[in-house]
Amino acid sequence: MAEDRFQAPDYYNVDELLTDEHKLIRDTVRAWVKKEVSPIIEDYAQRAEFPKQIIPGLAEVGAFGPYIPEEYGGPGLDQISYGLIMQELERCDSGVRSTASVQSSLVMYPIWKFGSEEQKKKYLPKLASGEMIGCFGLTEPDHGSNPAGMVTNFKDMGDHYLLNGAKMWITNSPIADIAVVWAKNEEGRIHGLIVERGMEGFTTPEIHGKWSLRASVTGELVFDNVKVPKENLLPGKSGLGAPLSCLDSARFGIAWGAIGAAMDCYDSALRYSKERIQFDVPIASFQLTQKKLAEMITEITKAQLLTWRLGVLRNEGKATSAQISMAKRNNVEMALKIAREARQIHGGMGITGEYPIMRHMMNLESVITYEGTHDIHLLITGYDITGIPAFRNDGKQFK
Amino acid sequence: MKILVLISKVPDTTAKISFTENNTKFNTEGVQFILNPYDEWYALVRGIELKEANGGSVTVLNVGRADNDPIIRKALAIGADDAVRIDTDDLDALNVAKQIAAYAKDQNYDIILCGKETIDYNGSQVGGMVAQLLGLPYVSLATKLDLNGDTATLERDIQGGSEVIEVKLPFVASAAKGMAEARIPNMRGIMAARTKPLNVVQPVDAANATEVVEYSLPPSKQGCKFIDPDNVEELVELLHTEAKVI
Repeated sequence: MAEDRFQAPDYYNVDELLTDEHKLIRDTVRAWVKKEVSPIIEDYAQRAEFPKQIIPGLAEVGAFGPYIPEEYGGPGLDQISYGLIMQELERCDSGVRSTASVQSSLVMYPIWKFGSEEQKKKYLPKLASGEMIGCFGLTEPDHGSNPAGMVTNFKDMGDHYLLNGAKMWITNSPIADIAVVWAKNEEGRIHGLIVERGMEGFTTPEIHGKWSLRASVTGELVFDNVKVPKENLLPGKSGLGAPLSCLDSARFGIAWGAIGAAMDCYDSALRYSKERIQFDVPIASFQLTQKKLAEMITEITKAQLLTWRLGVLRNEGKATSAQISMAKRNNVEMALKIAREARQIHGGMGITGEYPIMRHMMNLESVITYEGTHDIHLLITGYDITGIPAFRNDGKQFK
Repeated sequence: MKILVLISKVPDTTAKISFTENNTKFNTEGVQFILNPYDEWYALVRGIELKEANGGSVTVLNVGRADNDPIIRKALAIGADDAVRIDTDDLDALNVAKQIAAYAKDQNYDIILCGKETIDYNGSQVGGMVAQLLGLPYVSLATKLDLNGDTATLERDIQGGSEVIEVKLPFVASAAKGMAEARIPNMRGIMAARTKPLNVVQPVDAANATEVVEYSLPPSKQGCKFIDPDNVEELVELLHTEAKVI
């Protein structure tokens, strides 16, 4: 890939809404990404390989559990800092952001919120330092948008639990040391269990052939009579609300991350359009190009304000799941549309790995589907404003 | 070992430059500011490396108002131990140097480092002036700095080669590319910077010796002029009369 010449747009001076520390954190992650990740990301994505060597660096810049308190090895930052870190990582690649999102929101967050003191002390510092990588098992082959239908289950065997089932589309699974797995007990109640690599009957086959998130690893989690120690059950919360609260945290980060991907596409398209000469003039001088660019910066600016406000609400503990859904849905679609328009501005060059556009575009096809699909998030908003859940159409919602 | 690193705030290299007040003031509206790269990448990092190897402390000093605190915090996040800000602005180079010297004269610093220049005004004056005011030796544009007891060995790029200089501590040096490799702060550093001391000091009485009469922007870039390869005479003529380079 060509040199990373990224310059962040800030059309509405959103920077003035941030603290000096927010900006220091963001600029630090941006500088680290430019130095350590941008030069290698295209190559790893082309080869469909996760650049494992960036894990210690991700930990050093605070990308693993930024809001985890210092007593558990985190930096204890606020939610806007978390968002800005995700924005800068996804500015480079959604796959890199996914690795950090999963570690932070789907592994560290549930252990922090629902774990015992022993679990927090045992796992959180190692997850924060990158010494341990985690993954999160909720989605199953036959239960994606409807996680309540999961079949993965565990039985109480007296001195341990016996876990059976399989999880699908699990970011980080092939490299993970631990998995936070959601499974039903004998009464059908969903609980979280920490499953460690090496437990007999636990395997993590990799999913190959992805056209998206190629620089991050995705796999399955397979549990074949896995004996899980009783102390590995997350005691703090059960029911579907527990994993869904983790998803709230992750989706919040994705709403910010998508802005990063959009900014990168816009920035590259703006620069390219001023340098590319056709009919003796830069293509930026054509109205159709300007329309694309002007709409891009408008949408990025709207998304920035949406996430900033959401960050303030989340810092105050007031952001609702439905508000987070709206931001995730809006911003990812915004980024995907911008990637497609930016691809057109880059012409044939937009197809190649010389520019990040096509990689962002393909990555975002995953991002618009995972962590709640685009359509499901719409239905969450619909449910929130009408009071009527439309997730199933068997009429039961009216009973 | 006590090391003082002089740091400045400068406009980001991508900032759009314009002037106000009849072209006598830099227009800061909408401009993002950064820590001067020569101060940060070379002087500060080498100072921290020397402290890490020899013990002691690194203090960063900035002359400016509270809106300079973000760049000071960044220097602390990279690894300086404490900071001093002399609370004044609109000073010329000599006045800045007088402020620094007035503070530094009783502090017994072993080494005072600054970047070879700031990337905005490119004056390269303050380091030398501070050395003069403190009666210390000054090595400018050093690309390498090593310590051996109370003697420092510095290298400078000179026309066609390099020069090696030995100097006894204490001394002042300005750092150029090569003295260190830039460091990106890490999260621990950013967290630690929250509680590191930043002492705000009142300025001493000193007057500016110079006054900026006017700023102007360089002429805007002209388009390329293509000349037929067979028409060397026209090329030479244009280089002489238009570009005025031959």
